[in-house]
Amino acid sequence: MTAMIDVTDAKKTFTMHLQGGIELPVVSGVTFHVDPGECVVLSGPSGAGKSSILKMIFGNYRCDSGRIGIRHRGAVIDLASAEPRQVLNVRRSTIGYVSQFLRAVPRVATIDVVAEPLIVNGIGRPDAQARAGELLHRLNIPERLWQLPPATFSGGEQQRVNIARGFISDLPILLLDEPTASLDAANRSVVVELVAEKKRQGVAMVAIVHDDEIRHLIADRIVDVTSFAAAA
Amino acid sequence: MADQDLLDNDEPLLVAKSLSKSFGRIAACRDVSFSLYPGEVLAIVGESGSGKSTLLQLLSGQLAASAGHVSYRMRDGVARDLATLGEAERRFLFRTDWGFVHQDPAQGLRMAVSAGANVGERLMAVGWNHYGRIRDTASDWLTRVEIDTARIDDAPRTYSGGMRQRLQIARNLVTEPRLVFMDEPTGGLDVSVQARLLDLLRSLVAELHLAVIIVTHDLAVARLLSHRVMVMKGGRVIETGLTDQVLDDPREPYTQLLVSSILPP
Repeated sequence: MTAMIDVTDAKKTFTMHLQGGIELPVVSGVTFHVDPGECVVLSGPSGAGKSSILKMIFGNYRCDSGRIGIRHRGAVIDLASAEPRQVLNVRRSTIGYVSQFLRAVPRVATIDVVAEPLIVNGIGRPDAQARAGELLHRLNIPERLWQLPPATFSGGEQQRVNIARGFISDLPILLLDEPTASLDAANRSVVVELVAEKKRQGVAMVAIVHDDEIRHLIADRIVDVTSFAAAA
Repeated sequence: MADQDLLDNDEPLLVAKSLSKSFGRIAACRDVSFSLYPGEVLAIVGESGSGKSTLLQLLSGQLAASAGHVSYRMRDGVARDLATLGEAERRFLFRTDWGFVHQDPAQGLRMAVSAGANVGERLMAVGWNHYGRIRDTASDWLTRVEIDTARIDDAPRTYSGGMRQRLQIARNLVTEPRLVFMDEPTGGLDVSVQARLLDLLRSLVAELHLAVIIVTHDLAVARLLSHRVMVMKGGRVIETGLTDQVLDDPREPYTQLLVSSILPP
């Protein structure tokens, strides 16, 4: 098996204890795989569970049952049953997550926010900042903003900082949660290019994209999430 | 949280096994077990009276457990049961390899002596005796915690609350401990002062590769600083896991209540 991600029969239900314990089935029987260099797009209407599946693959949501197989440092690890320390290691060296929203850390300069994933993996600060600068440049964040913390930036600027931070790494798996949601056409096409570059580097990606045009441009395969609708 | 150099080391630093503590008929802490690894930040969350501060005192050997034990891997690599350490050994551990950051800085500082002496005292306790070097190191640490070195000769009672807390942190970290206990370190501070302190703690913890056990009732603090959380209620650990997992996908009714009680800013 050479897949980077191999999800088998994964199931997720929320039990809302504060609402009298109602069960909210989210998805069940989730089964698909992603090969290196491939971008799989999850499709389905809002509420179908696309983001939940992405969060299950990242270890952010726990699975009720099933398996989330991730190829990590040459071996396969099941994130659904991994220890917290293993999940952190997988996130550090294998899986990156690009969400729609930047969780801004107060006082850290934009250039360092973007460079941090490289520094954490042992790349020197000057090199990391140089690569961060390149990406910020491509994503049209003017250089005069690089030394400022992104907390006061506009929504679109913050999102582009977040994309730069997500794409800077050399991680073999990337999860993209609406990376182009509030971007203009020029920046959307930069993201499309970045995805294409990652494919050439053999990165396996799972994406959620609402824009039909972008979806056609980046998707190698589409997985319809409605087929995983959990029986209520 | 930055995961710098995180967790490739497979030997835990501290192991708690079935820790319990009763005060008369009241069980303050019941059957708590976990392992903490070098560089790992563990948050203990729960409301007042949930037993989290008692647990911190048990873990740091300040309170004797009614049952169970805590072992700590000393600098020589040997794990020792804290209950078997002599008083002198325990004090030495507290002065060197451990730090303890109290919610009230007055508890962790000597309020009437200078800031420099507050930091230098820890160094003298581990055998430093060159005045110039002690002062240089103290001054260096004041800078690291963003205190103007012009204030080095002032006593902390002339400092603001936020400065006192940063001084307490400098005093604790100057001996390069491997484990720091923190009891509500941002409690009682203004929000803006809190943010600055959190940001400082976050970078120091990553830079120094510290293991931290932090007690807090503030889930935002737990999210920003910790890798893992334990949720306590009625003296028991009712839920534990990766911090973002527990906060984004809480399972237990009480954890769901805690998470849903946060007011969005």
